[in-house]
Amino acid sequence: MDLIFRDARLIDPERAEERRGDLFVSGGVVVDVPPPDADIVECRGKCLAPGIVDLGVKVSEPGERHKESFRSAGRAAARGGVTTIVTRPDTEPAIDTPEVLEFVARRAQADAAVNVLPMAALTKGRQGREMVEIGFLMDAGAVAFTDCDRVVEDTRVLSRALTYARGLDALVVGHVQEPGLSRGAAATSGKFASLYGLPAVSPMAERMGLDRDISLLEMTGARYHVDQLTSARALPALDRAKRNGLDLTAGVGIHHLTLNELDVAGYRTFFKVKPPLRSEEDRLAVIEAVAGGLIDIVCSMHTPQDEESKRLPFEEAASGAVGLETLLPAAMRLVHAGHLELPALWRALSLNPARRLGLAAGRLAAGAPADLVLFDPDAPFVLDRAALASKSKNTPFDGARMEGRVLGTWVGGARVH
Amino acid sequence: MTFRHRHLLGIEPLSPDEIATILDLAGTYVDLNRSAEKHAPALAGLTQINMFFENSTRTQASFEIAGQRLGADVMNMAMQASSIKKGETLIDTALTLNAMHPDLLVVRHPQSGAVDLLAQKVNAAVLNAGDGRHEHPTQALLDALTIRRAKGRLHRLTVAICGDIAHSRVARSNIWLLGKMESRIRLVGPPTLIPSGAAEWGVEVEHDMARGLADADVVMMLRLQRERMDGGFIPSEREYYHRYGLDAEKLSCAKPDAIVMHPGPMNRGVEIDGTIADDINRSVIQEQVEMGVAVRMAAMDLLARNLRAAASA
Repeated sequence: MDLIFRDARLIDPERAEERRGDLFVSGGVVVDVPPPDADIVECRGKCLAPGIVDLGVKVSEPGERHKESFRSAGRAAARGGVTTIVTRPDTEPAIDTPEVLEFVARRAQADAAVNVLPMAALTKGRQGREMVEIGFLMDAGAVAFTDCDRVVEDTRVLSRALTYARGLDALVVGHVQEPGLSRGAAATSGKFASLYGLPAVSPMAERMGLDRDISLLEMTGARYHVDQLTSARALPALDRAKRNGLDLTAGVGIHHLTLNELDVAGYRTFFKVKPPLRSEEDRLAVIEAVAGGLIDIVCSMHTPQDEESKRLPFEEAASGAVGLETLLPAAMRLVHAGHLELPALWRALSLNPARRLGLAAGRLAAGAPADLVLFDPDAPFVLDRAALASKSKNTPFDGARMEGRVLGTWVGGARVH
Repeated sequence: MTFRHRHLLGIEPLSPDEIATILDLAGTYVDLNRSAEKHAPALAGLTQINMFFENSTRTQASFEIAGQRLGADVMNMAMQASSIKKGETLIDTALTLNAMHPDLLVVRHPQSGAVDLLAQKVNAAVLNAGDGRHEHPTQALLDALTIRRAKGRLHRLTVAICGDIAHSRVARSNIWLLGKMESRIRLVGPPTLIPSGAAEWGVEVEHDMARGLADADVVMMLRLQRERMDGGFIPSEREYYHRYGLDAEKLSCAKPDAIVMHPGPMNRGVEIDGTIADDINRSVIQEQVEMGVAVRMAAMDLLARNLRAAASA
């Protein structure tokens, strides 16, 4: 399918610019010259950008398909302008063998409308004791290794896994939290958590976790990505480590960029995420780090949870929120608030995650895959969680006024939404 | 007389006027309770269910007597022994009970926010009898009534709340209440038992009893749970008693007419010296228990009036 996107506001994160113009697609990739007999997509000045590459999406297959399947997640992604989902292995059972990974890849291939790249667990059963078959799993298509929100507490286990991974040039994705301090915590410590009487953890636990892992990176030289960095006081350590030349990147979930600890008032469990929502000062510092490029990647941290696991007292309730469909409009809040421009936002949503995974996506240059999203950054709407394509409806944005509507999504030049 | 709430979930949502309304009505019930004929018909025909997901003898008995004196049919459910053990969720338990059409639900639960959650799912008026570390509103109200009767007012008093603030819902509800009534609040305890961010609550924080009790009108001691004494939060029981246990010497730092309060049950020789607790010139601990019944009668009466008003509207 050859396409001409006519008169678009092109958002080009690679060149860090936006410009008005046309974009040509032939054979599933972006090309320089208009192909003959192409279909015309009239963009009328709306934004055309590389599709979002969402690093760290939970699809609940295998094990909990009632929460989210590849079909429903794929549909949610397409509607949200996400053209590549990088899936998490924190399923039941964990994705920790080539056999399970192949099953997942087959299911994804058959059912999902967008690109699906699986990550695998770093340790067997995500138990933090023995490393997985990193080599076999890479052969089977694993793009990165992570125990997700479980910290590998045994430093010797982690140092060996990082050393082994480095030998294969594998990317390890870690969750930085000091496990002793954060045990049992459901909120960020401070006057609000104390008033609500919730067990809480200091954001300093995040920096301690980061400090440990930075030391291990100096030891091992591994390729490492921090899944979410959410607190101001962890940022200088990240900056120093990057300046010291470590192969280190960091991400942050959209909810930590758009919500803060006050949203938990009234024990609203749809706002319970991991790590817990932070103070407004932390939120603003992390946004600034995204705008300045210190934090590389913004993702949805899409985590489907059913009603039963959320309709519980706050401490008992499951963590996580769905985000595939709301990532783009939520991120537009940052643009509308003047925190950053669209090309810088798309660097974090698309270009950087693609680069980190060695993908050609995330760009508009000739040869890049025609994974594209056309959207109106200003179109207002009120989010109705019942209308989400995800099987689980656990969004913190239910009833929220949002701006930014996806008008069309293309994967490899084929329209999926 | 104003009291516009469907539930009593905490002190936080109450206005000073509403607090005064409850206390005024409770005052009349104190007189009733001291008379020979202790019955009034305010809750006649209504069903009150006490659901305690956490052990309680005193609070449950207090609510039970309060309901019975006002003519309600009172039922106690020991939730620890019941369906919760069979894996039923809190909401299912609430819905099951709701189908039996209770009018008043008195709920205690070990998790903060659990009573709010339950209140969203039932038609009855819900009274929070303590949720986790969050609130215990009737305790704060009975404390306020006790203070008001002893001191003649609730404003411009200096109240020292001492001990394990971090794990105490009693402390939080009292901080809300005394703050709304414009009294000066001092939290006194070792730093491990003061919640983080407490200094931003508009209270003073002291780690030394002599400084904390200086010029206090009211000394409110909190119970120290046994499980906190294992070296996790404080090094030992004896060191705690030495530094924070209320004895005559420490009490001498407070005003000469300062009253001593304790929500019970007391650990004599841990947070409070036995002779202080028994000193009828200083200790109002027995009076607190008495005020507890009256305050609970008043709270249930007011909620029942709102229930009836809503039903006839």
